[in-house]
Amino acid sequence: MTRGTMEALMHQVLAGLATGGIYASLALALVMIYQATHLVNFAQGEMAMFCTYIAWSFLNAGFGYLPAFLLTVAFGFVLGVVIERVVIRPVERAPVLSVVVVFIGLLVILNSLAGWIYTYTIKPFPSPFPEALANPLMSPHELGSILVTLVVLTLLFLFFRFTPLGLAMRAAAQNPESSRLVGIRVGWMLALGWGLASAIGAVAGMMIAPVVYLDPNMMGGILLYAFAAALLGGIDSPGGAVFGGFLVGVLENVLGAFVIGNELKLAVALVLIIGVLVVRPSGLFGRVHVSRV
Amino acid sequence: MALLDVKGLHASYGATRVLHGLDFSLDEGSITTLLGANGAGKTTTLRALCAMVKTAGDIRFGGEPIGARATEDIVRMGIAHVPDGRGTFANLTTEENLRLGAYTRKDRQAVEADLERMYGYFPRLRERRAQQAGTLSGGEQQMLAVSRALMLRPRLLLLDEPSFGLAPLVVKELFGILRTVNEKEKVSMLLVEQNAAMALDLADRAYLLETGRVVLSGSSRDIQGDDAVRRSYLGY
Amino acid sequence: MSRRALVGLLVLLALAALLPFLLSNYRVFQLTLVLVYAIALLGLNMLTGYNGQVSLGHGAFYAIGAYCAAILMDRWGVPYWATLPVAGAVCLVAGFLFGLPALRLEGLYLALATFALGVSLPQLLKYNHLEEWTGGVQGIVIIKPEAPFGLPVNADQWLYFFTLAVTIAMFVVGRNLLHGRIGRAMVAIRDNPVAAQAMGVNTALYKSLTFGVSAMYTGVAGALGAIAVQFVAPDSFNIFLSLTLLIGIVVGGLASISGAVFGAFFIQFVPNIADAISKAAPWAIFGVFLIVFVYLMPGGIAGAVQMASAKLMRKSSQSETGGAKQPVTPKEVVP
Repeated sequence: MTRGTMEALMHQVLAGLATGGIYASLALALVMIYQATHLVNFAQGEMAMFCTYIAWSFLNAGFGYLPAFLLTVAFGFVLGVVIERVVIRPVERAPVLSVVVVFIGLLVILNSLAGWIYTYTIKPFPSPFPEALANPLMSPHELGSILVTLVVLTLLFLFFRFTPLGLAMRAAAQNPESSRLVGIRVGWMLALGWGLASAIGAVAGMMIAPVVYLDPNMMGGILLYAFAAALLGGIDSPGGAVFGGFLVGVLENVLGAFVIGNELKLAVALVLIIGVLVVRPSGLFGRVHVSRV
Repeated sequence: MALLDVKGLHASYGATRVLHGLDFSLDEGSITTLLGANGAGKTTTLRALCAMVKTAGDIRFGGEPIGARATEDIVRMGIAHVPDGRGTFANLTTEENLRLGAYTRKDRQAVEADLERMYGYFPRLRERRAQQAGTLSGGEQQMLAVSRALMLRPRLLLLDEPSFGLAPLVVKELFGILRTVNEKEKVSMLLVEQNAAMALDLADRAYLLETGRVVLSGSSRDIQGDDAVRRSYLGY
Repeated sequence: MSRRALVGLLVLLALAALLPFLLSNYRVFQLTLVLVYAIALLGLNMLTGYNGQVSLGHGAFYAIGAYCAAILMDRWGVPYWATLPVAGAVCLVAGFLFGLPALRLEGLYLALATFALGVSLPQLLKYNHLEEWTGGVQGIVIIKPEAPFGLPVNADQWLYFFTLAVTIAMFVVGRNLLHGRIGRAMVAIRDNPVAAQAMGVNTALYKSLTFGVSAMYTGVAGALGAIAVQFVAPDSFNIFLSLTLLIGIVVGGLASISGAVFGAFFIQFVPNIADAISKAAPWAIFGVFLIVFVYLMPGGIAGAVQMASAKLMRKSSQSETGGAKQPVTPKEVVP
């Protein structure tokens, strides 16, 4: 391979890691909710998009980037908690179709609310990363995104591994009955999980918006990649989801640049999803489920 | 005063009634055992006390009615339940399981001390403290389940068939520790067992259940001493 | 079907036949689309309502049918009526083929896979290597057929009657299918697949076939839709089309034939009314309706109608049994 190709490949891989970080974050959010409830949150993308618009509102109102960022993360958290308690809780044990329909309803309401309040005109969204981060391999935003993703993932890991609340949430997700027997309020743990997942989505949205521009339909394709990543990594494995996210990001970029062109990228996600579901539904790192009759 | 006082307890799984008006009580500091064959309603009784099944009747703990409370609140009143099947958090480590037992407690220092005490009772758990709990043997998981419950510093410990699937020596060791905990830490215990002989050795008082009703009660010494009762009801 | 229901149906059909002469061309066009949607919804309902396989990507089959019609008419001059069987056959095969790997996917995973199909389809249609066939981003324009044999109706009216005829035919076939052994097998598979298998139902075959037939119906609807609208383009067939169809069956009534008609009216006319408020309003309304219907009216409009007419039946002292407008479906309507 020539030096030029090496550099081009390097750049695609690194750019892929940057978007991969975003897929990893969303995939992690999906897995968190799946682990606790065995439900796939079809509305994850729209929740993230809506929070990003909220960030835009704060910025437009004159807030600095950091305050706007933090307020949006807080808003995302509250949004997640409210949605779980009010919309999802009643249908947690309902048949599959009811649950899917409620998620789709949520997706559609959030999408149209954004369109209603903010119109469908595409808006630019600022990147907070200064030119000081510029380097020959990645743009400041790409480098910044990766750093933010890594910080978020690290914080989450520390939270779940080393805090009592994190432990309680893991316990509640794995074994709700035993959790009640040690006094954990399982319902609130679920709500907290949703809050965290939503907050992560908000961060992901704010990282991707500068690249794809703010628009109510911006998260559709990205959510698809996040699904592919979560399935590839293992829908009940947080580590797998993160790995899957970075892998999908790199594959998307490398395949898009060198093999199939940029136009069929979503089709690749589709093939990946169906492929994983048919060949190895538990993904690379998930647990194989045997359902007893 | 009785620590636990149950009158007219009915319980159902869906439409099926399993308990038909149980009456029993447990004195503070005592070990009481519920005996009976499979399907007699023993496990259901413990679950009813923890609000894990639909119940009707009067349940009082330390004089307070608890029938209408949620499981999480009953735990906070000081009742720890070692469930049927142990209820281990299989994907968490041994130590994480133990710490979860103390989830509702605020006294950090005392929790650490209790953790050490549990390891003292069950050294095997200390060896496996960082291991995934699901990989422990049956006996070790039972010890873990009991320790986890004790981490709550409960006033009342509910044990559902702790001898199930364990070798007799292991059961003897476990029951010995239960006796120690009862005497030294004044933890009252309600023990559900199929193994009547070992249960009667440990307990002060016994109730015999048959299809959701109490058919016999008395001090365990009396029951052990009564050959006719032993043979016809307990099969030995 | 009871005598009363049959009379009711005939009155409705007579009304349907008269309407084009009483309404403007635009309204006739809208009613044509209602019929188109009704066929598509019947297709989706077969799969999701009766057979319990959740599809969030049926817009893809609609699109395939639409593009079949457009390509045949535009590139090869095939007459419009001949495109329908071709669209149907292509979608039958496509649906069956998609249904095969889908056999291994349950509930949420199938929803996920079909969702992925629905989201990625427009991009596939825009793919520049297929542009020669699909017309790329600009799509294909087709010409509305004129009434044959110089009949005294205009193009819109003719298309309406043609669509009406196709709709009636497909509904009759569908009804016989769903009310007979096959329909019962489908419902059995939905409610308890293991038991169905144990009773000798070839679950895998039925599920794949249902996918195929469901896709076929939706594909034929797509072809008719394309002819009515005279235009196909990738962005008309995005995920929102699939979600529109889902809304149609939930609101109309799952596992119900009349539900397809109610749902079709809903998805055709609500956006028109809501558009007056705001461009975003139709979907906000759809979303709210979806959630409300799941909580409060799981049987959809058809279910509500059934309950209301059952109450009326009880109130009147007649001994005639049976439902009012539509016969009772094989199994209780369950979302």
